[in-house]
Amino acid sequence: MPKRIQEIVAHDSMTPKIGDVEKAGSVIVGNLNYLLNQARANALWPLTFGLACCAIEMMSTVASRFDIARFGSEAFRATPRQADVMIVAGRVSKKMAPVLRQIYDQMAEPKWVISMGACASSGGVYNNYAIVQGVDQVVPVDVYVPGCPPSPDALLYGLLKLQDKVKRLRHNKLIELKPREQERVNV
Amino acid sequence: MITEVGRDVIRPILTGMLLTARRLKRDKTTVFYPEKKRQPFPRTRWRHVLKRYDNGLEKCIGCSLCAGACPAKCIYVESEYNTDEERCSPGERYAKRYEINMLRCIFCGFCQEACPTGAIVLRSDFELADYSRPDFIYTKEMLLEPMPEEAGSERDSEAAGQASAP
Repeated sequence: MPKRIQEIVAHDSMTPKIGDVEKAGSVIVGNLNYLLNQARANALWPLTFGLACCAIEMMSTVASRFDIARFGSEAFRATPRQADVMIVAGRVSKKMAPVLRQIYDQMAEPKWVISMGACASSGGVYNNYAIVQGVDQVVPVDVYVPGCPPSPDALLYGLLKLQDKVKRLRHNKLIELKPREQERVNV
Repeated sequence: MITEVGRDVIRPILTGMLLTARRLKRDKTTVFYPEKKRQPFPRTRWRHVLKRYDNGLEKCIGCSLCAGACPAKCIYVESEYNTDEERCSPGERYAKRYEINMLRCIFCGFCQEACPTGAIVLRSDFELADYSRPDFIYTKEMLLEPMPEEAGSERDSEAAGQASAP
């Protein structure tokens, strides 16, 4: 599980003693990169991009039984400008691929992609002329979630994996200016 | 007027709130996933496991029926003949290479049904997500279940005996 914020609480002479966690929690000191990554990782807003049956499981992940809101990702945005992560849920037909790419390009940096399910990740059973054999031919994918469809738990595991990756990002700039491929994290 | 407000506004709100209040008594439906996992259903099909017999021999005989039954064509089997010196399975042949592309796999369980020896089974481990594509080729070493306790300890003791004898 991710570290809780209370563990990086720091104190100066004015703050109460360490034992009084509730009052001391108002001061957080840390590396700016670290804090930014924490903020990014714990509020990954997904883009509503359900393409097929996987979208049903994605909706189920938002509902109360699995509750993606526990990880700060409950705000599914219909506009790419406000989204951080694109969950490609379902098979991508060759006709849909340019649309997918355009929506990805419209998302604001930093942005991530989760490829959910067998069809989005590799084409699955649809090895034919109509389906893109893996969405990574169109956009760079950060986390692949196998399954047909992945259960909500499996998608949550993929999201946690992505959070781990986001927390390990090391950028010296606030905004990525280089193309993503050169800034890729070695994982 | 007041009676209308009572009938059309206050009463429906109270009924709704009462329903909400009654629901408060129930347990929470949320499964706190990373800490607690929900009980898998008995026939849940997730990650494949290659089984062994009790004496440690592999059940897989390398017949490629699973690969033939697979609708996504995600299984690759390369078989090799058993010899008396190096015996992996009780049959004539064994799987030298056994690879499953987890990204292609749709977890339909046809391989499990096609297998004549019950060597490949789908178990409930669903945490398969990863970062890069090559990591999803699951090899035989990853799929094969560990040696059973007794056979492993016997083999260890044999090895220890051989080592200590000279």
